[in-house]
Amino acid sequence: MSQRRVVVTGIGPVTPVGIGVEPFWSALVAGRSGIGPLTLFDASEYPVRIAGEVRNFEPGDWMDRREVRRTDRVVHLAGAAARLAWDDAGKPAVEGSRAAVVMGTGIGGIGSLSEQLKVLNERGPGRVSPFTVPALMPNAPAAHVAMDLGFTGPNTCIVTACAAGAHAVGEGYRYVRDGLADVCLAGGAEAAIVPIAMAAFAQMGAMSRNPDPERASRPFDAARDGFVLSEGACVLILEDAERAEARGARVYAELAGYGASADAHHVTAPEPDGAAAVAAMQAALADADEPAESVDYVNAHGTSTPLNDTAETRALKKALGDHAYQAAVSSTKSMTGHLLGAAGAAEAAVTALAVQTGTIPPTINQETPDPDCDLDYVPNEAREKQVRLALSNSFGFGGHNAVLALRRERS
Amino acid sequence: MTKTEVETKVRTLLSEQLQVKQDEVQAATRFREDLDVDSLDLVEATLALEDALGVEIPEEEMRDVETVGQAVDLVAVKLGVG
Repeated sequence: MSQRRVVVTGIGPVTPVGIGVEPFWSALVAGRSGIGPLTLFDASEYPVRIAGEVRNFEPGDWMDRREVRRTDRVVHLAGAAARLAWDDAGKPAVEGSRAAVVMGTGIGGIGSLSEQLKVLNERGPGRVSPFTVPALMPNAPAAHVAMDLGFTGPNTCIVTACAAGAHAVGEGYRYVRDGLADVCLAGGAEAAIVPIAMAAFAQMGAMSRNPDPERASRPFDAARDGFVLSEGACVLILEDAERAEARGARVYAELAGYGASADAHHVTAPEPDGAAAVAAMQAALADADEPAESVDYVNAHGTSTPLNDTAETRALKKALGDHAYQAAVSSTKSMTGHLLGAAGAAEAAVTALAVQTGTIPPTINQETPDPDCDLDYVPNEAREKQVRLALSNSFGFGGHNAVLALRRERS
Repeated sequence: MTKTEVETKVRTLLSEQLQVKQDEVQAATRFREDLDVDSLDLVEATLALEDALGVEIPEEEMRDVETVGQAVDLVAVKLGVG
């Protein structure tokens, strides 16, 4: 039996630039930043006081009030993204046992954990909430989604830092391709705009100190000085292509390939030659059975840290050869900030939308070229361009690399 | 505090904690069957009752409580108005 093809039939973004496909996509195409002053806690004493928060989000719109109380914000965001994606796909009729879930997260319910540590330290072990463990466990989003929608197929959670969302989509793609499920709800969620995470990332020197919210995330620009921490969730509905066609589903793109590798180099710094990142891109292309020359668009990992953006540029040149200069490369983190474990899923959604619409969202804040970053980063304005094949890169702390290949559906 | 005041206070607190209307929290209301409350909800509700009323309710005593009325009785005894 030949392998099944897998298509993306639903997208559910819950992000700083918008909630739902239309607001999300129109903001990105317009080059609108979702970064603003940090409001989720009093950050006046912190070195970084900007973040990408999901605004106008009411968890009670997506789950009952008791469930809201029992769960962490990471589950609220994930639950909303899952319902949005499922609705967007037209709620396909599927046996619960044939529906899988793979959700990624970088840190899980760190907000709940840190609140309860405060209770423990100030009031003792007898006052700690009985919901602490279910709230903090990184698999809580995956569990919630299965319970909410009644999906009893394979259900896993991926925790690979900033690559978790992409690994989740890639592993979910394999579930469907290999016949373990007919439909897979795959994505990522993160809710780490909490004091301990803001302090810890700042101590690493990884976050931008630029006080101007909308200009702080500037991937590939010479004045970049770190990433901007964001929160959010995004879920994709992955479906067996024949099944999707039979029900007349709207298809965004075919998810055609997935490649993964590890740097085995350093816990936070990318391997300077990018050999493993190159291997992941090549593996995704081989899985899709496509040559490097067919890549029209790359949604870069592009974090806006000095190290990532030069290493990724170098890796793109190795993976695509001279064609790297012909491909459009953009980092939508310039607008969304870095959603950590949700980033790869949100960017897979961006890539699918670029394939479907023939519009490439820009990298904003391109003002001063960096000689080490000399590719076509689609500066500041969206571009109309037919995208037959696109890659979405994700590289996580720990050296985890995941690359997805998305392709225009053959008609 | 009279027992009636204790009952009013416990019902108000439970309705807030369990996110149900106060008139759904009657003396005969059963936690599990009527309110779909699980053991974790019950532990959390007990912590809230302890904080609000300044009493200590040992876990093993709360474990046998099945109805709102039994919870009121338990708290009333702890407050010396049972």
